Amino acid sequence: MPFINFSKDEIQCKIVYYGAGFCGKTTNLQYIFAQMGENSKGKMVSIDTRGDRTLFFDFLSLNLGKIRGFDVRVQLYTVPGQVHYDATRKLVLKGVDGVVFVADSLKVQRKKNIESLINLAKNLAEKGISIRTVPLVIQYNKRDLDGTDSELLPVETLDKDLNSMLKVPSFSASALKGAGVFETLREISKLVVKDVSRKIMLVDQQLR
Amino acid sequence: MNIIITREDLKKINFFLDKVVTSSLAHSVLLIDRSGQLIAQYGDNLEIDVLSLSALTAANFGATAEIAKILGEEEFTLLFHKGKSENVYFTAVGEHVIMVTLFDDKTSLGLIRLRINQIADELSNALVSIFKEKKEIPILEPQRLL
Repeated sequence: MPFINFSKDEIQCKIVYYGAGFCGKTTNLQYIFAQMGENSKGKMVSIDTRGDRTLFFDFLSLNLGKIRGFDVRVQLYTVPGQVHYDATRKLVLKGVDGVVFVADSLKVQRKKNIESLINLAKNLAEKGISIRTVPLVIQYNKRDLDGTDSELLPVETLDKDLNSMLKVPSFSASALKGAGVFETLREISKLVVKDVSRKIMLVDQQLR
Repeated sequence: MNIIITREDLKKINFFLDKVVTSSLAHSVLLIDRSGQLIAQYGDNLEIDVLSLSALTAANFGATAEIAKILGEEEFTLLFHKGKSENVYFTAVGEHVIMVTLFDDKTSLGLIRLRINQIADELSNALVSIFKEKKEIPILEPQRLL
């Protein structure tokens, strides 16, 4: 649900990072927070992270610059990935404008990725949003572990598992080291802004 | 649903927020939507991080709504947190909006509740018309991101 404020010439959008437990949603936000300039970011808020698990959500507000005179502000949220926190995930999805689905490239997480994507589709559907039309980007995280002892799924397999039907933009990434993090953010921001523009069309200059 | 606030809308909203602040002696009041977006702010102590406050308030409200459901209630329509010198009072205003009133020991919870009860219905009616109106703006093209 984009929020357009004509009195401040500002558009606010909500982007949610979704995915199974320990896939790296919070790490994505932490990397973005560390890299963004002081002027374009707010504080990063993390609620009750107990033993590296997000209990409620993380929140980070970013200023992405101007589009036709409007300041574009995106608010990034993560959800808790663990299966039993579904009620919390539904709360965080309220009013969502775009989703980044973070997939864990570890082979052992294959089933959890698929379950989490199905859970996302279900929770969006409950809000009357179709996973096929919502701005969505998939990120294959932890690619930096390629060539180590950890067994990774090839990107092709992840693509087949998660993106064969959706066919949305996807990125290989390492949230820990930063590769692919901003590419993902840039793409989802573009899709969201495009979608907001599409939704709110036609001309009524007298509003300004 | 999209929320679009024009200058006119904000004027209307600020009229009510001013009423809250002047009649209850609260020092500031915020209006946020249930997904955590800040709609308007009014008052004197707004150096605090209002964006985080908005996100957390929406979450707080959502979480207590779930507690209410467990207890067989539809929702708790007001919440109050007391601190040593700062207090915060949350009220649901209509379906989509939460009013966050910040106050210190210059006033009392009783007065805050009384004044907000008087004003919340009027504000709720005003917001219904703001939220219902279909507003349209020029197409925006993404030009520069990040």
